[in-house]
Formats: sequence, C-alpha cells, structure tokens
Amino acid sequence: MSLLQIAWRNFRHRALSSLLTTFSLALSVALVVMVLAIYGIVADAFRNNSTVSYNIVVGPKGSPLQLTLNSVYYLSQPIENLPFTEYMEFMPMERRAELVRKYGGAKSLGERNGKYSAYVTGGFAVPLALGDYFGEFRVVGTTPEFFDLLRHGPDLDRRFEFAQGRNFQTHSDENGFFEAVVGSRVAVEQNVKAGDIFYPTHGDPEGKGHEDAFKIVGVLAATGTPNDRATFVNMEGFYLMKGHAKPIDKPDPDFVAGETPADAKIRPLSIPEREVTSILVRNGGLWGPQMMNVINEGLQSQAAAPVGEINKLLSQIVGPLLYALMIVTLITCVVAAVGIMVAIYNSMNDRRRDIAVMRALGARREAVTAIILFESLLIAVIGGAFGWALAHFAITIASPEIEARTGVHANFFTVSSYEWLVLPLVLLLAGLAGLLPAVVAYRTDVSRNLSA
Amino acid sequence: MLEIHDLKKSFDQPGGGRLQILDIASLVVGAGEQVVLIGQSGGGKTTLLHLIAGISSPDSGSIRIGGTEITRLSESGRDRFRAGTTGYVFQTFNLLPGFTALENVRLGMTFAAGRHDSARALSLLERVGLADRAHYRPAQLSVGQQQRVAIARALAGRPRLLLADEPTANVDPASSQIVIDLIRANCREDNVACLLVTHSMQVASQFDRVEQLETINRAISASVAA
Repeated sequence: MSLLQIAWRNFRHRALSSLLTTFSLALSVALVVMVLAIYGIVADAFRNNSTVSYNIVVGPKGSPLQLTLNSVYYLSQPIENLPFTEYMEFMPMERRAELVRKYGGAKSLGERNGKYSAYVTGGFAVPLALGDYFGEFRVVGTTPEFFDLLRHGPDLDRRFEFAQGRNFQTHSDENGFFEAVVGSRVAVEQNVKAGDIFYPTHGDPEGKGHEDAFKIVGVLAATGTPNDRATFVNMEGFYLMKGHAKPIDKPDPDFVAGETPADAKIRPLSIPEREVTSILVRNGGLWGPQMMNVINEGLQSQAAAPVGEINKLLSQIVGPLLYALMIVTLITCVVAAVGIMVAIYNSMNDRRRDIAVMRALGARREAVTAIILFESLLIAVIGGAFGWALAHFAITIASPEIEARTGVHANFFTVSSYEWLVLPLVLLLAGLAGLLPAVVAYRTDVSRNLSA
Repeated sequence: MLEIHDLKKSFDQPGGGRLQILDIASLVVGAGEQVVLIGQSGGGKTTLLHLIAGISSPDSGSIRIGGTEITRLSESGRDRFRAGTTGYVFQTFNLLPGFTALENVRLGMTFAAGRHDSARALSLLERVGLADRAHYRPAQLSVGQQQRVAIARALAGRPRLLLADEPTANVDPASSQIVIDLIRANCREDNVACLLVTHSMQVASQFDRVEQLETINRAISASVAA
C-alpha cells in the first residue's frame, strides 16, 4: 500500500470527523470562490457599462462623478440644469437656425456656429433631461438619436434593438409628442408592454403624477447596461409636462416666435423655456481632451470623461469594498484550516499506537509524518474541489438573475481571473495545518506507545 | 541468525537515578531455530524484543542479525532493516482498526523495499486459515482470528527472524494452541528463526529450546541479590 492509500484509509476510518472537517473547508472555499465571482461579475458589469459610445458627458459645474453617475447610470440627483442654448453650442449654424425657426428663440442664436460644433463634426451630441420617475425607474427625456446613434457592448458595435415595438418619434400622428421606450427590466418589473400607457411621477418615485400620459411604443432588448433600468421619453413630450418649462423672467428683445404647430393646443416649448440635465458627446475628428478643456474653462458647464470617472469609482470605492470582502473570506479559509489542524491533532492521541505499530513494521519517521500530511492534503483537495463545485453550482442557479440584472453571462464554467489561485492556496493552508499533527507523529515514542 | 553480546539497557527512574533492566552476556538464535524466552512479568522481555527489533537502542552491547550489527545503524537504517528482516507479533495484536485483514497483512510488506505482493498477502491469510475473512476489519474478527492475522502480517515481509511477544497472553486457550502451532509451522516452512517470549510454561514446553530470562539477564540476578 502506498502512503497515500494509507492516508485515505485513515480518512475513511474517521469518516464523520473527516467529512465534517472537509465540509467546513468546502464552505470556506465556496465563499472565496463566490466572492471572486462577484468581483468578476461586478468588474465586468462596470466595464460593460463604462464602455459607452460617447467619450464626454457635459453638465453643470459640480462633481464629475455625480454627473457621470446621473447621466450614465441614472443614479443620484442631477446637479442642476443647463440652458438649452448650451446644448445648441454643439450644433452648426444651420441646425441652430432651424431650431430657432421651429421653436422660437433669440434670432442671434441661429446666426453663428456653436462654440463646440467644430469638435463634434462627425460625432454627435445627445441631450438628456432627468427628473421624473416611472415606479422606481428613472424617466429620461431625450431624442430618438439616443437609440439611433449610440452603440453598446464590449466592442461598442451593438445597436439598440427592440424586443417589442420601435423607437419613439419626435412627433407622431398617433401619439403626438408623448411616445416612450422602456428598458427590459422596467418592462418586467412594471409589468408593461408596447401599447401600454403610463404617467410619470415628478421628482421622486412617490411624487405626484403628471397629468400627461406617455404611450410605450417600444421595449428595449436587454443590453446589460443601466439603460435596461430606465424609461426613455420623447424630449418634446417631457418639456410639455407641467412644471418642466423654465420660467422666463424678462423677455429677450431678440426673441422671435417659432412656427405655429399643427395642433394649436400643444405648442412646443420655446428655446428659453428649455433646459437639459446633461449632454452625451462623441467628438468628431478634433481631439476630445481639447474640447473638454475648452468646456471646463467656461463659466457654465463642465465636461467629464465617463470612463475615467467610472474607473475611479471602481478603484476608489468598489475595489476596496470587494478587497475587504476578500480579506474576510480568506480569513474564513484560515479558520477552516485551523479546524483541520485541530481535528487531526485531536485524533493524534488515539493514533499514537497506530503510528507506533507502523513504525514497528518498518515505517520511518518521515513516512508516518507524510501520512499525516497526506491526510491534511486529502481534506484540502476534496474540500477545495467540493467548495469550488458548490460555488459554481450556486452561480449557475443564480445566472439568469445575474444576467438579467447586470447583463453579464455566467455559467458553471465561468472562472474568474484569480480562481486558479484558490486550490493551491487551500493546499498550502492545509499543509501548514497538518504540520503540528505531523510533528506529533514524527516524535511518537514507538517503544512507549507499543507498550501502552 | 541472532547474536547478542554484553547487551545493557537501563531507564531513568522517577525519583532519579537509572534502573538497569537488561544486562545480557550472550544470547544466540540460529537460522531457522525456534527459541522460547521465558520470564516473569516486568522482567524486561518486551524491552529485549524492542532492542532486537531496533525499535529502541541499548546503552551498550552488540546485536547482530544475519551478520548485520544493528546497533551501529542510524534510526532510519534500523527502520529499513527491520522492515526487510524482522517480523513482530505483538501481545495485543495491534492490527490497524481502519484496515481490513488483507490490508493489515499488506502493511507488513509496505515498508520493505519492493515487496508489494497482494497475492502473497492473500496466500498468507490462507495459511492462517482466514482467506475468507480477508475483507473483514479487526472489529469484525474474534480475538484469536486477530492474532492469526497478526502472524500473517509478521511473515508478510519475508523476515529472517520472527519476534513474538507473549502472542497467547490475550487469547483464549483453544485459540492459543492454534496461534502457537501457526507460528511454529510457518517459521519452519519458511526457515525463519523465531524468538518467542512468554511467561507460560505450557507454551514453553512445546519448544525444543527454552531460555530463562532470569538466567541470562544479569540485571535480574543483581537486583535479586541486592
């Protein structure tokens, strides 16, 4: 019989104690593997979400992180609002003049290019207006270009697709200005579908409902981005809701009225009455940081790079939290290893005679020491493998929910970067735990224990 | 096969000082010879067997087994030598409880270099009449059966010297005779020298040569005289 076979026999002979110790270690290993998996999923989710097809977010002066959280993740409260004219600074003269003609505004607005328009040529600028809720989900006022121009996915090559219906229009004969698209999670949790209507609430999830209803014309296919958890409404309809028009203190002498709308009962807001929360910008040919500098040097707006802010969030907050969690789980592994040591050490008193017998049969000190170490390593291998399998089984069970909430696909064989370190670490811990009992075996007095 | 000369062994006493247990001028066992060493309890019989097996070291003296002076070997050297040369039958059998009868016999050859032979282990169990109990654990065997497995284990490593420490002390009388017969027959068959220690005159009377520990151990004589 080999030493390993002898160790296995001993493991089986003390089956209950061995299995309890092994199970304890397995639970610790499962915990470590699950934390690693969570870290991987969180990192992937953040990475997916930080991979956006715009490189700059423009908003009011304030915290760049809050601007990013608000505009990318639809979290936190808007810092403030920007005047609509700040959005128009990204447009060429022709477009600016068209908006003045359509909605009404200062005539001079349409007589020059926007300050930043040269940077955006070949790119885009998409406005966002936040402030309302549909249930617990943020309502985002924007333009149809949000779904036409933006891309998502790790390589930013995926268009937004609709599981139901279509993108909303600026104005439709059927629904006027009041069309909306909901994210996949919103549709599930609010139990709505294309064709349903809803009333946004103003200011917070429990706030007063607007009188204006929006028609859901499309449900987004899941993207694994925060857009799954948002409701997108046509910006024109957003502006027409009560309380969303900015009061005009004194009329601008340069003001020219806009076109008379087909439906005289609903007049789109004029440019001075409009505000935006933020603007998603992808610069064209000219260097993005230069545009950021120009914007940041202005008095009104700030430009933030969402990738940088999200990476900062990961490294400064999320990373340390997960690191702390990892430390705690590693401590549980150490505790489990101590359990191995205690279990084997406590059995040594009963086994001194067995060790003495093996010595009497010709086993050297090193052989009996190796047998004890092998027992410890057997616990580590079995416990480690079982713990790994347990963790991955749990991840498999939870994978539909994980995918629905984060867009990250996980299955039994999804392995995180550092997972390959777990079993060697467990073996090392078990080897260390087996040292004290192994020393006891090494120092067993054969003659005395044979005669006992 | 076995030659002992001027062997001395003492132990520390609880109150201080040393207690001389063994002081043997000479003891020789020839190849294939079967010798009984008879002595009272506490006389040093087990200590002597431990010294011969190389489990412990004498204070001084010489122990030669098959021409090898084992007192000059290191501890690991004595362990290796014992694995390949000496079989040991214990008073309390000392079978490992987590192993079957067959596995206990295989353990007897595990630590001897190149002597793994499951077929031989099974044949040894056959020789002691327990081939049908090969997969029984010690707890499932009677006391007599356990000692028979221990005999098979002691012979597993093809020893040239078999040491038996009161092999019938914990066995019922009917099984005692079976145990003695098995030891004698197997040692004769394999030409293994045998040194059997007992305090039973009934066992001793079955062997051709009987040595009295009180006679050969000067330490006992000295303590009696004192």
